[in-house]
Amino acid sequence: MCENNEVILEARHVTKRFPASGGRTLVANHDINLKFQKGKTLGLVGESGCGKSTFMRFLVSLDTPSEGEILYRGRDITKLRGEELRQSRQHIQMVFQDPTSSFNPKMRIRDIVCEPLLNFGRITKKEKDAACRRLLEMVELPGDFADRYPHNMSGGQRQRVAIARALALEPEILILDEATSALDVSVQKTIIELIVKLQREKNITIGFICHDISLIQSCADQVAVMYLGNVVEVLPAKDLAKNAKHPYTKALIGSIFDISMDFSKPIESIEGEAPSPLDVPAGCPFRGRCPKATTRCAAEQPKLRTVEAGHEVACHLLDEEGKNKTGASALTGRI
Amino acid sequence: MLKIDNVTISYKKVPAVLDFSLDMKPGQIISLVGESGSGKTTVIRAVLGLLAGGGAITKGDILFDGESLLSKTPEQWRSLRGSDISMIFQDSGAMMNPTRKIGSVFTEYLQTHEKISRKDAWAKGEEMLRKMRLPSPDNVMGSYPFQLSGGMRQRVGIAMAMTYQPRLLLADEPTSALDVTTQAQIVRQMMELRDTYGTGIIVVTHNLGVAAYMSDYIVVMKNGHIEDQGDRDHILHHSENEYTRTLLSAVPSMEREQGGEKDV
Repeated sequence: MCENNEVILEARHVTKRFPASGGRTLVANHDINLKFQKGKTLGLVGESGCGKSTFMRFLVSLDTPSEGEILYRGRDITKLRGEELRQSRQHIQMVFQDPTSSFNPKMRIRDIVCEPLLNFGRITKKEKDAACRRLLEMVELPGDFADRYPHNMSGGQRQRVAIARALALEPEILILDEATSALDVSVQKTIIELIVKLQREKNITIGFICHDISLIQSCADQVAVMYLGNVVEVLPAKDLAKNAKHPYTKALIGSIFDISMDFSKPIESIEGEAPSPLDVPAGCPFRGRCPKATTRCAAEQPKLRTVEAGHEVACHLLDEEGKNKTGASALTGRI
Repeated sequence: MLKIDNVTISYKKVPAVLDFSLDMKPGQIISLVGESGSGKTTVIRAVLGLLAGGGAITKGDILFDGESLLSKTPEQWRSLRGSDISMIFQDSGAMMNPTRKIGSVFTEYLQTHEKISRKDAWAKGEEMLRKMRLPSPDNVMGSYPFQLSGGMRQRVGIAMAMTYQPRLLLADEPTSALDVTTQAQIVRQMMELRDTYGTGIIVVTHNLGVAAYMSDYIVVMKNGHIEDQGDRDHILHHSENEYTRTLLSAVPSMEREQGGEKDV
């Protein structure tokens, strides 16, 4: 469904290393290649410490990768400096997890929402009132909220303001970093509905970071699963439940508590926890927890391979057709 | 075993929980679900007599084995906590002193509850950690809380709470800070506690999936009162309550088709 779509943002071989104590290196991202298609949502899912936020920060130029490039409409934004970099920020905006800490508590909502517009000279100070009202109405908040301070609002309302601020410059790409994780489920649902609605109206491309794989599958087009700094599987969200191939993706899906699950069956879960990104095992990063790991998994790191259109997996256990070499029924039967 | 009888709890005269009643049998697992600010944590803190900042029970009574908990003296409370009733918090690391090692905290905990030498207490602590399937318990005993992962800290918390095989375990969002794969492990482990020790558990959670999976009985709270209650089947499939249904429909589900939120 996505072959003909225009790729407007592309990460190529992005690697990030952080220096750590004792002369060690922490590899937060290892050779990440992802494509963002115009008007589509790419979901990035993984457990804490897998490097998903680190990666998204490169996209909004809050940090630069150690290696690799990020192409926005063919231009490498990691090399931009000064005024050029500032201008490029208009195109890619971000919504953070916790709006209370990403807003200045002493600024009124009007100033928060209009600050980007003033920074880029899109409006004059006189036009602030009208611009703010328009933006608040876009996120379904009453225009009178302009005079409030962030602490006078609920979490869901604040997140709407954060969306209004991010969309003020009409960016092409919006990055949402766990934007709904701090909210109650019913509020989360309304925020997601708002985002989907705005995406349709404005044809925005969205990068959505989330640890909740069931939320991702309900609102993304394409999903990338990360484990210890590596993308282990990329697949269309609609295939997630039925067609996930990587053992880690399956484990993630298997350990969800779903209200429509079969309660008589014990919950499936892999043992152990993700190792520290400081000592990623050689070979496949997942092999320590993988029930099917072989000697080959310890020796060489699997590369992402296309198994079918729009579906890539990095796992030695799968051959080219995407079938399990060893005991297909055993693995799929677990889920 | 536990009977919460028409309790109203107020913080500085502002009621946070209104007319809350609950009857719990031994070995039962009950979930309190609801959105933030609905008073679920307040209820279980009241059971343990640990209401924060000026909270007080202004009406009703809480009975444990037929005895009123509210009329207990501080000494009686102390002997009850940890032995008959214990609690797990959202982040067990935060309840431990960050400058002391797990072993030191654990032995102190054991020594306040029973006359036991430091050496024996250490061994008992290790034994408990082993029972909770923590890898290399001696290593854990010699670690500071920040050196352990969230899942391990939570297991340490469960090990401490389960040492004296309490009949009632109160768990306040025990898995909310954890990753999904770890969450599944902890939930499974908590359910084993009931099977092994016959412990009754009250879980406070905002995750309806976890609540539905774990519990025999679910109480839905909203703005400090009980909005709906019943066994799992009733709440999930037969509830007439509008709020319960709204909550359920807001939970993202893998099984459901995408259509609800976005057409493909």
